[in-house]
Amino acid sequence: MPGLAVLPTLCARAASCRGGRGEGAWHASYWLPRASIAAPIGCPGLPAVLRRKWRVGGGRWAAETLNGAGPGMEAAAAGRQRALLRQVLGWRLAAAVAWSGLLLPVCTAAFVLLSGIQPLRPLRWLSDSFDDLYTSHVIFCILLMSVVVLVISVFNVEFYAVVPSIPCSRLALIGKIIHPQQVIHSVAHAIMGMLVAWCAAVMTKGRFQFLAVPCTISESLNDAVPQMCLNEYHLFFLLSGAFMGYCYSLLYLINNMNYLAFPIIQQYKYLRFRRSLPLLVKHSCVESLYSVRNFCVAYYFFGYIPKMWISTTMDLRIDSKLHPLDTLSGLLDLSLFYHVWLCGVFLLVTWYIAWLFFKIYATETHHFPVQPTFAEETDQCLPKILNSNPPLIIKFLALQDLMLLSQYSPVRRQEVFSLSQPGGHPHNWTAISRECLSLLTDLTQRLIAQQEAAAANGRAKQQVGEMKVSPQTPGAVVAEDIPFQLQRSNVIPRAAMSSLAKSSLMPLKASPGSDIGSPFSSPALNCKAGILDLSSPWHGSVQSPLVMRRGPKLWTSGSGLQMNGSHRESFPVLSVARVGSEAVQPSFIYTWLQNKQEQIKNFLSRRVLIMYFFSKHPEASIQAVFSDAQMHIWALEGLSHLVAASFTEDQFGVVQTTLPAILNTLLTLQEVVDRHFKLPHVSSKPPRSSGSLVDTSYKTLRFALRASLKTALYRITTVFGEHLNAVQVSTEHKKRLQQFLEYKE
Amino acid sequence: MLGPPPPPPPPPPPTQRWARDHPPPSLPPQSVFGTPRRPSEGRYDPLPLFPQNRAWTAPPPPIHPPKVLCGTPSPPHSPPPPPSKQNLPPLPALTLPEDGLKGPGRPESGAQPFLHHREALWKRVLCAWRDGGLRGLLKEIVSAEEEGLQWAKTALSCVVTACRWLSSLHGSLLPHLSVRCKALRGPFCAGGRNGAGRAIRAFAWHPHTSKFAVALLDDSVRVYNSSSATIPSLKHRLQRNVAAVAWKPLCASILAVACQSCVLVWHLDPTSLSTRPSSGCAQVLSYPGHSPVTSLAWAPSGKLLLSASPVDTAMLVWDVSTENCVQLQWFGGGGVTFLAWSPDGSKVLAATPSAVFKVWEAQMWTCEKWPTIKGRCQTGCWSPDGSRLLFTVLGESVIYSLSFSEYRGDMQGQVGGSKTASIVADLSETTFETPYGEERVGGAVQSMAWDPTGERLAVIIRGQNPRTAGTQTVVAVFRTRNSPVFELLPCGFLRGEQSAEPQLIAFHPCFQKGALLTVCWSTGTISHIPFFFLSTHVPYGSPGRSPAVVTASSSVREQPLFSEL
Repeated sequence: MPGLAVLPTLCARAASCRGGRGEGAWHASYWLPRASIAAPIGCPGLPAVLRRKWRVGGGRWAAETLNGAGPGMEAAAAGRQRALLRQVLGWRLAAAVAWSGLLLPVCTAAFVLLSGIQPLRPLRWLSDSFDDLYTSHVIFCILLMSVVVLVISVFNVEFYAVVPSIPCSRLALIGKIIHPQQVIHSVAHAIMGMLVAWCAAVMTKGRFQFLAVPCTISESLNDAVPQMCLNEYHLFFLLSGAFMGYCYSLLYLINNMNYLAFPIIQQYKYLRFRRSLPLLVKHSCVESLYSVRNFCVAYYFFGYIPKMWISTTMDLRIDSKLHPLDTLSGLLDLSLFYHVWLCGVFLLVTWYIAWLFFKIYATETHHFPVQPTFAEETDQCLPKILNSNPPLIIKFLALQDLMLLSQYSPVRRQEVFSLSQPGGHPHNWTAISRECLSLLTDLTQRLIAQQEAAAANGRAKQQVGEMKVSPQTPGAVVAEDIPFQLQRSNVIPRAAMSSLAKSSLMPLKASPGSDIGSPFSSPALNCKAGILDLSSPWHGSVQSPLVMRRGPKLWTSGSGLQMNGSHRESFPVLSVARVGSEAVQPSFIYTWLQNKQEQIKNFLSRRVLIMYFFSKHPEASIQAVFSDAQMHIWALEGLSHLVAASFTEDQFGVVQTTLPAILNTLLTLQEVVDRHFKLPHVSSKPPRSSGSLVDTSYKTLRFALRASLKTALYRITTVFGEHLNAVQVSTEHKKRLQQFLEYKE
Repeated sequence: MLGPPPPPPPPPPPTQRWARDHPPPSLPPQSVFGTPRRPSEGRYDPLPLFPQNRAWTAPPPPIHPPKVLCGTPSPPHSPPPPPSKQNLPPLPALTLPEDGLKGPGRPESGAQPFLHHREALWKRVLCAWRDGGLRGLLKEIVSAEEEGLQWAKTALSCVVTACRWLSSLHGSLLPHLSVRCKALRGPFCAGGRNGAGRAIRAFAWHPHTSKFAVALLDDSVRVYNSSSATIPSLKHRLQRNVAAVAWKPLCASILAVACQSCVLVWHLDPTSLSTRPSSGCAQVLSYPGHSPVTSLAWAPSGKLLLSASPVDTAMLVWDVSTENCVQLQWFGGGGVTFLAWSPDGSKVLAATPSAVFKVWEAQMWTCEKWPTIKGRCQTGCWSPDGSRLLFTVLGESVIYSLSFSEYRGDMQGQVGGSKTASIVADLSETTFETPYGEERVGGAVQSMAWDPTGERLAVIIRGQNPRTAGTQTVVAVFRTRNSPVFELLPCGFLRGEQSAEPQLIAFHPCFQKGALLTVCWSTGTISHIPFFFLSTHVPYGSPGRSPAVVTASSSVREQPLFSEL
């Protein structure tokens, strides 16, 4: 089933469609559901697969410049990006690894102390533990653990994402789990877990220390032959470590722990770490408990397999005098349970500390200069970075910096409002505002496409009428009113865009009665931009209406894309052209194949099991739409703070020229967001987990976006007050503004 | 339950009184034109002590000359605006008598007044659990009179004893934590000491419009709007023991309510005509161990909400829309009893139940610790530009001032406070002569409010010994100036009718013609007192920003301080 694996793709793309600029990243990494942006910084011992992926990443950036540049330019751009990444993130990652390494001896000491616990003889216990700490094997274990932590950090660096990938259906989740990249992750973590467990076993001493122990096989009483036997406790330890490593990897995937959530307030790193530490320990304890329980069950059923295998391959006997562990009474050993649990806590705490440090360091603010002091800094100044297509993490950091400077730093704001020295152009403000506006326009278009898809789906038919009114109002105005030229290919004038979307949605409209929650809803619903469907094989192909009507959209545009072999990194606009030309002359065989495919899909779609796997979770699809909303929130905050500050601080009136465009964009977005929240399931809150280590803030980003959009508009209207009446906006928007001025929104 | 509250009576046009009392043009420039509104019954007389038809001239103000009072004595005030007060927004002045409000709406306990009636055990246990948590449940079972539960009672009484012993140990370490929640609420509530006997628990003006929210004794919150007759009444299952309400800035109608166990954030539709918004409009923000919530503060940028509890040592920073929270923990000092976010958004005052308060800097969230000499910090307020903090300490009748270096974003993580706090006003009890006998005013400061232009400061002064005859709780109003040098000049007093004590004070956040003080009296009356002056604080950025006309009047101090009150 080639099509099955496409669904994760879709979600990945759904999380990414943003007008196709720069975020070709997503298109390339669709087979790799984790957005991996980082360069392999400071990780020379990288697995080969990861290296390959990295090359893919490089090509991805290169693809962005495909429009006009040759391969030499691509390489140069990629090299620049990588240098930028290294410069911004390099030292942070190094510091994160160093800190997690430095904390390792502390964790080890705590482990040694707790593993040798003797509640009845506390003094003896303490003195023994301190003696143990200086033994050579503990030192060796610490060194080995440092290597493990290093590898874990490398995986953290490789797998992080600033935009979470949200699996929309169960099948997508399964696809993510059996994805080769994830398999590598899991296997590596299992091996690392085994290493940690070995260290733990060695440090625990006692009966756990060695795999092979001398034993006597007593055939007769006086004929005792000393032999080596398998120490099942040690084996149990090792296997439990591997199991925990695997569990860690699995939960890392399922809980989206690779998602870098930026903190809501800026705090010093030490305070952030201190705040999270109790949570981390608690989380590790609980998780370790569950893992041990599950492992015991697994070992009870399947424990004999590794035992037999090890004993045969290593030629070890099984001591018949010892109680076998894969029995109920064998597993009811409290001491064993405690030590295995402690080993699990040790493993999880060290790994989570590495993860936490990485997270804290990576999301720390970075100070981008607004105006370059030296010529070689030009590439690193804020307007330049915002306008190039940097790796997403850099873009996030830049937007965060923009938000902070607009809010807190009058000096840097002054630089934004300043004019260029020869010429007197407000280059800084132009670049920043253009980028923010294009981000917001992209979001608007995405949401419109989404809504049109929903309307086409028959679910929200009544909205079609409204939609007909809206297209000519906002986008066109935006495109025209912006005083500078928006020459970027991604900013499609709204009218053109909506007609494109409409034409792409034509076949979709023919599928009636499908639901958002059903697997057969239109692909455009699940993938956010209707534009994407232009690349679907149905577009333009001749099909009988009957088939069309019944045709469930089980395999969405992704499968078509695969068949077409079109590149993921192509932008919507490009793909429109390409696929359009491909689809102009569909061959007969192709059509026949299409029909057959449709029939098979139709057949499959009636089966309950398939239904179970394919059914889309509505909440997840909505989350996927807003998964990168953090960018837009910062853009909104930065823009509105700058505009509000410009009322007093803008000496040359550079903001005034852009004010109509900003207001138009914000009001249009507000309109679209309002309408979006009327779609089913959008306005219901997902359940919240407070005080847990797992960050679920990406689930509620849409509410944050709505709130910050409103606050941004109010911030501007509150500062400007009646002066806004002099700003040229359409009558509709004027009405809306008046409502904001009266605090009636 | 109180029925629909009486429709806000149209305020008597102040001009009538002006016509009766004084011809307005002859008024001195610095006078405080207080015109408390009368409720419709007319049983409320704002100041029976000082007759209305005479100007107050004789005694000096009962305030000791402020110890730190520097600068020129002549504030550059322009002449008063013509008394064109007809176009005041019609603000609802209310009386919410306590009798009409049922006490906190609890399920009836076993103690009925007339009929000895006992609920079934399980019902009582359920009730006790709801009221007092696990401990209440245990106590209820232990004290049960039913037969057949002897063994359980014996076991549980042991548990209760153990709990008590443990908690006494705990309490000896952190004394404020052992105080029961209910006892805690009284002193630490925004309103002051006797929290039990007041109809109005909390009051908040909307930061941008003429709209305010009032939390009542029965745990409902009502929203009064000057421009609409609809009075939404907010009730929620979790809305119990409301201690504070706060409107979100830069927003039309989002109200945060501090409740016993959580913070409720009401999303009200400003155009809705419904009087009972459904509880679906309320967002529940709860965090384990963070209860009871007694103080709230919104960031002026509208992004974050701070909530604090006297019991929880951490205060929480909420991102309300995503319901994410960050704990701001510090060790020592106990919980947080009072929160105030400076109007420029750069600093936060957090007072603790012990003799220390903290000033947080709101970008990197570091704090400066300020130990006080005597008691805990009772209340505080910020100047509009966030450069000066006035605060008072429990048990002292002085106002301290603490100045901060001007906030710039480049000094990350520094609060920038000055080395010491200086005393700017001594409010200890004074006797002074009036034509109607000796008056004693002064004592401890209960709460303070600074108006948004930074020109008037209202202070509730409570007599130190309430049993002493003649010492009443009054609202003292000061005229203040923050730049170039800080000035604090006494201005006048406000006093309610005989039994009415001011409980809560707040300034209208956007009153155009000066300042508008709202006072909630212990009788349940809410009255608005406008002060008309031309502010030197021109709204920033307005085109005609010219320096105010400096009138060289050295005789400012000789001007009568009371013109009408």
